[in-house]
Amino acid sequence: MGFGIGVSSSGMGPRGAMETFAEGEGKRGQVFNQRVVKRMLVYVRPFSKMMALAFVAMLAGSVLTLLAPYLLKITVDTYIIQGDLAGLVRISAWTAATFVGLYFATWAEQYLLSLVGQRMLANIRRDLFYHLQELSLSYHDTHIVGVTVSRVMNDVATINDLLSQGIITLIGDMFVLVGIIVVMLTMDLRLALLTFTVLPLMLLVTIWFSRRARVAFRETRTSVAKVVGGLAEDIAGVRVIQAFGQEDSSQENFSAVNQVNRKAIIGAMTLSFIFLPAIEFLGILATAIVLWFGGRAVVNGTVTLGVMVAFLSYVTRFFQPVQELSRMFTTLQSAMAGGEQVVNLLDTVPDVLDQPDAVELGEILGRVQFEHVSFRYRPELPEVLHDVCLDIQPGQTVALVGPTGAGKTSIGNLIARFYDASEGAVRIDGSDVRTLKQRLLHRQIGLVPQDSFLFSGTIAENIRFGRPEASDDEVQRAARLANAHEFIMAKQDGYRTRIQEGASNLSVGQRQLVCIARALLTDPRILVMDEATSNVDSVTESLIQDALRKLLHDRTAVVIAHRLSTIRGADLICVVQDGKIVEQGKHEELLALAGLYASLYQRQFAE
Amino acid sequence: MISEESAEKASQSAILLRCFGYLRPHWKLVTGVYATMVLIDLIAMLNPQVLRWTIDKGIGVGDTSMLSLSVAGLLALVLVKGVLTYYEGLWTEVASQNVAYDLRNALQRKITELSFSFHDKAEAGDLLSRAIQDVERIRFLTGRAVFRIVESIFLMVITAVVMVWMSPQLGLLVIISMPLLIARSISFGRVFRPLSLEIQKQLSVLTTRVEQNLRGVRVVKTFAQEEAEIARFAIENQKWYDLSALSARLQSNNMPLLNLIADITSVAVLLYGGILVIRHALTLGELVAFTTYVAQIVTPVRYLGMVLPAITIASASAERVFEILDTAALVADQPGAPALQLQRGEVRFENVSFAYGRQVGVLKDVSFVAEPHQVVALLGATGSGKTSVVNLIPRFYNPSAGRITIDGTDIGSVSLNSLRSQIGMVLQETTLFAASIRENITFGKPDATQGEIEAAARDAQAHEFIMQMPDGYATEVGERGRTLSGGQKQRIAIARALLTDPRILILDDATSSVDSETEHLIQVALERVMHGRTTFVIAHRLSTVHSADVILVLDKGRIAARGRHAELLQSSPLYASIYHQQLKPDRE
Repeated sequence: MGFGIGVSSSGMGPRGAMETFAEGEGKRGQVFNQRVVKRMLVYVRPFSKMMALAFVAMLAGSVLTLLAPYLLKITVDTYIIQGDLAGLVRISAWTAATFVGLYFATWAEQYLLSLVGQRMLANIRRDLFYHLQELSLSYHDTHIVGVTVSRVMNDVATINDLLSQGIITLIGDMFVLVGIIVVMLTMDLRLALLTFTVLPLMLLVTIWFSRRARVAFRETRTSVAKVVGGLAEDIAGVRVIQAFGQEDSSQENFSAVNQVNRKAIIGAMTLSFIFLPAIEFLGILATAIVLWFGGRAVVNGTVTLGVMVAFLSYVTRFFQPVQELSRMFTTLQSAMAGGEQVVNLLDTVPDVLDQPDAVELGEILGRVQFEHVSFRYRPELPEVLHDVCLDIQPGQTVALVGPTGAGKTSIGNLIARFYDASEGAVRIDGSDVRTLKQRLLHRQIGLVPQDSFLFSGTIAENIRFGRPEASDDEVQRAARLANAHEFIMAKQDGYRTRIQEGASNLSVGQRQLVCIARALLTDPRILVMDEATSNVDSVTESLIQDALRKLLHDRTAVVIAHRLSTIRGADLICVVQDGKIVEQGKHEELLALAGLYASLYQRQFAE
Repeated sequence: MISEESAEKASQSAILLRCFGYLRPHWKLVTGVYATMVLIDLIAMLNPQVLRWTIDKGIGVGDTSMLSLSVAGLLALVLVKGVLTYYEGLWTEVASQNVAYDLRNALQRKITELSFSFHDKAEAGDLLSRAIQDVERIRFLTGRAVFRIVESIFLMVITAVVMVWMSPQLGLLVIISMPLLIARSISFGRVFRPLSLEIQKQLSVLTTRVEQNLRGVRVVKTFAQEEAEIARFAIENQKWYDLSALSARLQSNNMPLLNLIADITSVAVLLYGGILVIRHALTLGELVAFTTYVAQIVTPVRYLGMVLPAITIASASAERVFEILDTAALVADQPGAPALQLQRGEVRFENVSFAYGRQVGVLKDVSFVAEPHQVVALLGATGSGKTSVVNLIPRFYNPSAGRITIDGTDIGSVSLNSLRSQIGMVLQETTLFAASIRENITFGKPDATQGEIEAAARDAQAHEFIMQMPDGYATEVGERGRTLSGGQKQRIAIARALLTDPRILILDDATSSVDSETEHLIQVALERVMHGRTTFVIAHRLSTVHSADVILVLDKGRIAARGRHAELLQSSPLYASIYHQQLKPDRE
């Protein structure tokens, strides 16, 4: 700023200092990772013109920054001390012009950089989201949602530091630093070298601080997380707390966590309260060196007063990039770590891929065949299906029954080709599902999940989910068929009722009905359904039963069955145990067999 | 959304005053902060004077001893300033962290005390964001924000005074630029703050989109809606970009412009000051000192622009925090309420009606008596009022009419703690805490011995599976019981209720999403625990109603029929239909 001579600290406050140094969060990464930089440069390329402009602006800004103190020297030495009034006016005009130029240069640099940076963030996020849609379920099975979300949101944000601020600022700072060193050395070699003695000290203090700050800040992150976690638990468990009359002990526990957090934050902040004055002191030490040695030199006549004043101005400017650069070190570290995570995600290859010559599936009849299918979720996991053979004719309803973990869900997952069979083949209308285009296959297969998952949004949006182009009439028709229309209309906002987080404003039964309506609207040829097991009241239960009957009618259905009525109505019952189909047939046949089915049936359903 | 008894809207200044009220217990720290601030700023004023002195009295006249003296003085001043800055920062931080600590404790206390009707409507995420983000904004306000404002104004005023004192003409020249800087800074803050909030909001929209998409990934894939999802994401992503681009434009202009104003001012100072020096109306040292003051003045102005809008934001946050603190709990102890003296365990409902909030009545004129040691089964469709009946007994809500007595004492007249400590509850949605299994079981009786804990766990059919866990009773159950299966959680909840040995027990005998073996274990556990207590069961299975002493059949908030199973099967068609359709047979 200007050619002001620094005798007071400028810029960042203590919290700012903490935060800039505290990035990096545990992940000790490299400062430079070629793979990450290469991949990220791909995102810069479309904006290479803007980036080149920003670079030019940065160079111009640096030159002008260096020029200002020099103009100050000339002003003092040549005009003020000589008493040249006209020259003073002239040089002032030049200086003013320099500052105007500096304004435009910094403005252009910052504007272009942040614009490109944001555009890139948006593009990387878009690509990540796109890629996440391509990844198969085996990826989603093994990754926690929160972590993946943080890849898309937080890690991408750290890349911005690398790209927009990082590289250009890095070059800019280096340039200014080298420039100042050269100018100072040429102006007065001895005085310059003396001033630079402060540098190692400053570096040491900065390293000391950034090391400790990282540890301390990590601690505060943990302690804040504990406060949030503790309170979240108290809120979630408030009914239990009150039922057991444990308000006081929960308050004690919370205030202990709260206290630890207060201590951690104060402890971390204390570091920066030491760091900032220390840095300021070192800056002033440099100024003092210039004043003392420079002043004596001026008295001796070996240095002009203007040189000394310019030196004072350069010294202030000198420490800015030095601090910037040491801060940049940690920023780069975390940006690289974040970038690596993002690149890894982008490079994850989906397990289930369309073959290059995949066939577009036309209207299907709905025959489903399993030919000696064996399956494991991941190579390192045990096999969950062994040599399963199954032939389901179009329009049939097949009930899968068996103990938990027998492999019922896996059979359902293979039909929709959420996973590929490890051995054998799954065929739809005779074609191997691996030769078909996934999305066209999915479009003809409906799924009603056990947990009745609904998205946040309105009821109508949820019903319409599989066919966004469906008209309001069609949505209502599907809801009527699913016996959901009535309860929806009883809501204040009808179909526009917003579904709250966790669908808490719908009862379990109502959620199931909405899921059935959603499946009905897409009118899939093949339906895979995992029947919900939760208790619903008798009225809703009969509504669900009725809706299910309509849903299953006239299409191929594979139902992981928990309801007696579904099992009795099935055309074929497959008893699954330990990854094998051990019995199949109709209800009466299987009962007569007096095998596993008969005993399961006795245990679960007989009175 | 917050109801109970919501407070009246207060004016912004009253809210801010109340925020600062939280600093009162820490007045010593605050006084210390402002005392050090005055000293620091005075030193900041002295520094350029030392510089001027060095040039005019030392270098200018060739006096090297004077030079050494002033350089030493400069270093000493900065050293003192450094020490003061340390304490100033520390004390500000401690005071404001204390405010945050006190507020969070108060909020947590309030939240655990507010009755169920509050929590029925409140969203956990919203409460959390009030306790975390909103409190943080209040902390910022009571800490650095207000400090910065006071310091900036103070610094600007004394800088102006010193400059006018040194040279009235030059001083006035600088003062002219100040309003320009302030106005520019404030107008930037005014536009930028709401924009950055909007960006934050859009970011969280984006986050929600990603999260929802990932949570529903199976649904997305089966309905082949990947492209539609991408399109939806792209729209929100573009919105975020548009906002960010706008903010980039604003931000990239802000600092350079402020610097330009300050720089041009210093050129003007140098020009006019240079003329004065040439005319011997000013010394060179004074001129150098002046340019330093001009450089110093930009920083406080910048802070002012950033911090002033924070006041409005903090007061909005404070409003949200105080809204909760001012909510009066609808269910609370009467002053000096005696403890409940429970002898026999007779529970009586006398013409009880009940409604949640302003909704239509959930219970209408319900009367019944549960004799000691009886098992009362509650039956009815969803929404018939079963849960409301059991929620009224521990006084989670107050009835809107009628009264509930235990052993003849109105439960409204006794202390909540004594009432609830005698009632055990095991409901269908099992809440466990992120602590060890032992801590979860001893939740209602923290001083229980290992023997008591194991006995309760055995009765609840939980001991065996607990012992199979790697750490036994010390096993951590994870956030909301994540590491346990549904059936295991339910049995721990039963053990937890048993440990307090309640005289009155409230159960929901539903067993959902568990295999038949576990279901059987839970059934055995439930049957065992009913002995010797007055028990209310929300019944889902045949065996429960068969063995119940009284069955209450609820229909739209009224008791439609009551009696034993055999009688009701004959007399009540409603009972018969529920019995056949709704109840689950037991495994024999």
